[in-house]
Amino acid sequence: MSAATDTQADHDVTQYVSFRVDGQLLGVPVDAVQEVLNPQSIAPTPKARPEIAGLLNLRGQIVTAVDLRRRLGLPQLEEDGEARGARSMNVVCRGDDESVSLLVDEVGDVIDAPADTTEPVPGTLDLKWRKVTEGVHRLEGELLVILDVAAVTELS
Amino acid sequence: MDDEILQEFLAESWENLAQLDTEIVELEKRPDDADLLASIFRTIHTIKGTCGFIGLTNLGGVAHSGENVLGKMRDNILPVTPGAISLVLEAIDVIKGLLQGIEETGEEPKTDHSTLCGMLDALAEGRDTSAEADAAEAAMAPEAASPETPETPAPTVAESPEPSPEPVAPAVSQAPPASSPPPAAAKAAEPAAAGDGHKKSVADLSIRVNVEVLDSLMNLVGELVLTRNQLLQMTRSEEESKYAAPITHLNRVTTDLQEGVMKTRMQPIGNAWSKLPRLIRDLEQVTNKAIELNMAGAETELDRTVLDAIKDPLTHMIRNSADHGIESPEARRAAGKPEIGTINLDAFHEGGHVIIRIADDGGGIDPDKILRKALEKGVVSEAEAERLGPPEILQLIFKAGFSTAEQISSVSGRGVGMDVVRTAIERIGGTVDLDSRLGVGTTIRIKIPLTLAIISALVVESGGESFAIPQLGVVELVRLAAEDRQKIEKIHDREVFRLRDRLLPLVHLDEVLGLDSAVDAMLEGDVNIVVTQVGDEQFGLIVSEVFDTEEIVVKPVGRLLKDLSIYQGTTILGDGRVIMILDVAGIASAVGGITNRQGGVRTEADASASGRTTTMLLFDVGETTMAVPLSLVARLEEFRQEEIEDSAEGIVVQYRESLLPLLSIGGASTRPAGEPSKPQPIIVFTEGRRSMGLMVDSIRDIREERLVIERESQQPGVLGTAIINGRATDVIDTQYYVTRAAPDWFEGQASSEAARVLVVDDSMFFRQLVTTSLETDGAEVVAVDSADDALARVEHGDRFDVVVADLDMPGTDGFELARRMRERVGSRALPLLALTGLDLGRVTADATEAGFDRVLKKFNARELGRAVEELRDAAAAAGAVE
Repeated sequence: MSAATDTQADHDVTQYVSFRVDGQLLGVPVDAVQEVLNPQSIAPTPKARPEIAGLLNLRGQIVTAVDLRRRLGLPQLEEDGEARGARSMNVVCRGDDESVSLLVDEVGDVIDAPADTTEPVPGTLDLKWRKVTEGVHRLEGELLVILDVAAVTELS
Repeated sequence: MDDEILQEFLAESWENLAQLDTEIVELEKRPDDADLLASIFRTIHTIKGTCGFIGLTNLGGVAHSGENVLGKMRDNILPVTPGAISLVLEAIDVIKGLLQGIEETGEEPKTDHSTLCGMLDALAEGRDTSAEADAAEAAMAPEAASPETPETPAPTVAESPEPSPEPVAPAVSQAPPASSPPPAAAKAAEPAAAGDGHKKSVADLSIRVNVEVLDSLMNLVGELVLTRNQLLQMTRSEEESKYAAPITHLNRVTTDLQEGVMKTRMQPIGNAWSKLPRLIRDLEQVTNKAIELNMAGAETELDRTVLDAIKDPLTHMIRNSADHGIESPEARRAAGKPEIGTINLDAFHEGGHVIIRIADDGGGIDPDKILRKALEKGVVSEAEAERLGPPEILQLIFKAGFSTAEQISSVSGRGVGMDVVRTAIERIGGTVDLDSRLGVGTTIRIKIPLTLAIISALVVESGGESFAIPQLGVVELVRLAAEDRQKIEKIHDREVFRLRDRLLPLVHLDEVLGLDSAVDAMLEGDVNIVVTQVGDEQFGLIVSEVFDTEEIVVKPVGRLLKDLSIYQGTTILGDGRVIMILDVAGIASAVGGITNRQGGVRTEADASASGRTTTMLLFDVGETTMAVPLSLVARLEEFRQEEIEDSAEGIVVQYRESLLPLLSIGGASTRPAGEPSKPQPIIVFTEGRRSMGLMVDSIRDIREERLVIERESQQPGVLGTAIINGRATDVIDTQYYVTRAAPDWFEGQASSEAARVLVVDDSMFFRQLVTTSLETDGAEVVAVDSADDALARVEHGDRFDVVVADLDMPGTDGFELARRMRERVGSRALPLLALTGLDLGRVTADATEAGFDRVLKKFNARELGRAVEELRDAAAAAGAVE
């Protein structure tokens, strides 16, 4: 953690865990992430909101999984009768008093994003996206959309 | 001063005082109740006695003066008047203050209570006139009201500015400024609330274990249960596992451990109620109303964390009911109601939840008034208000900053509204419902789920997914063979099933949950119906598969799933899968039309039903069916024939580290005929430390029946015949079998060189003291808190070398205990020793007359040890001569 603080002090850089959902590169701050897991077996929770994929057992701790594709209004993965989440990676984020797992297609590197490449969220973005994004980083050749974890897990 | 003795004293005193508040208020209503007076006198007497013993002079002085007054009342010299009662209550408040001081500083506060003692003494000596009593009462009012008067011990003052950890208290400080200078009388209710917080710290000490330790123990047990389940799952799939035996043992031990740990955390809800009668009394005086508080179900047990969390909201709601709900006597008379208003408080278990209901017969809540207030306060906008129906309007009182009283009253209308109550209840995962009828009354229903607990649950499958249903909500399982499918009938589009003599509505679980119904619809096989109970209604849940019952650890549902009432929690199964725990009541209301919300009607039905029926276990022996009340059955077990071993006294099995003697119906202890491969069903009965197993051919059913023994039986081992399930059925006499299963042989195993001493004392403090001192001398001590308990133990064949009993006890006292013990044949051989705080010269003759062999003064450890030794040796010598 001290390394991160140093770089932050020197160059004002924030580190993000990056991942992709339906081709889009997204990121959440490193310190919001508890861990990253391979596809897990996810217990369904009938009658819950469609964005909730179900529950998973993280070493005895029960974690609610949020399907990011649904949350962001993206098309569903072809699952061919497989259980939900069978092909998704889990980015487990720390919440206020409980952890929540974000189901993503693939997990990428930790990206150092300097503050001077930050842009606000374009106003033309779909409302669904605007509500859950904090900003955009101009990376070389691609844009990294930063998610607001608290907003993503606020479903009501 | 010995810290442990002091702590013991504090714990006991708090416990006694909590009871005392209730009793004194009762006494005011029933001044002629001699038992009540005697009990109150005894409590104060005990405190006084113990004070003398550990040298607390100031406290002892107040207790002494109080005791004098009570003694005179008990002896009918002094009438029980409101003035006198108020004075005694004040003395109790002072005692509480002193105890609190001792608790906080470890030293007795050096405060002066001579005025109070003087008034009490004057009253006791009959110098009092009614005018003086009134003056005393008047003098007492402001004093009780303000904790800052020098009369009250210093620690209270020091304590008051600190933020209180109680959830309701912070809200008090956020009260709207309009009410910030509360009328002086407002404080009258406050000491009670503040005392609440302080008292908790000591009264709960009687558990004498740090709560954190219990919590971590609970978590560990939870983990152990999960691991045990995993192991069980593994061995179940193997035919002949060499681990089978140790795992079975582990299974039993884990179950026992879990029960034990759970028990340590359970407390009767009555603990949170004990202060309410006093609260109501104080309110009656402040508001000039007449209120009767009825409490039922005080024994309903709750996990202590839950109990702590609901204490304050409960007090608050009762206060609300009394202040806002109940009208003034004049208004009530005008409305044609009895002048005395009633508040009913009851608690009971329902489908895996604890329900607490507060019902008053007051004026009810006027929706129009609520709406006006809500608009006035800006809680809702005009536009919103137009769309609200009466039920929604009632819900508005749960919004922040709502006070319904016409004027800000001294009692409850201080901005601490129902919103605080609701928040506190919801924090522990509960819900609050409110139902009110104008002019008729208001009922508040609090539902608290059993989270943070381990429960027994049935694992079922529906729509290809597994779910757990808490056993508490399951009445029975009905399996309908495929060819009997047509027995399910339809009314319009709803399915019903004739279950014995009533119609059971059926619900497909997969439909309720919106699962892929195709999976179940395809099934042509048997139909599994889980019959569940919600309130007094039953319905059948159709599931595709019923698996085992498992002990599961309930984990609360996450924030994102909180709003789903069909789930009670989640759990992790033995194989690591996460599954949802269904809330049967939630499912019923999701289906609609099943739950009956008319609470009042239902409890009446419940009460009368539970009063009349007994749950009977039916089993077959040969061609006949016999029955035994389920409450007498310790466990049902199955043993393989090769586990049954022969011994000189008959056949036995190894069971929980000892040998369990087996008998068949009729009392024979011989190997049952039959195939050796067939498992032998055993019904285990336990009495005291003795257990035995009754061999039966098969367990048939469990039935709720009115148990009326139609015909007494001459046959040994049979109590009589009763009609159960429409048939004459023999009800067996468990006592016969337990006694028959070689009683002495068991005693022989347990007895040792150490003297077994039975200690009988209603005071926990002395019980502990005597026990410790005797144990130090190497004795084995069983301590009980009442003579009845002691008699029951002796009558059940528990053997002791010496009995040490207190003389002055509530209910059956020491004299009576001795007389009854002496009546029993052969108990001359059991020496009785009286230990008393009463004047030896006065009681020794009576005690000896009653049958005591020795009378000792409380309390000299060495003297007691020596006396016990002597009595035991003398009895042993006498026995040898015989």
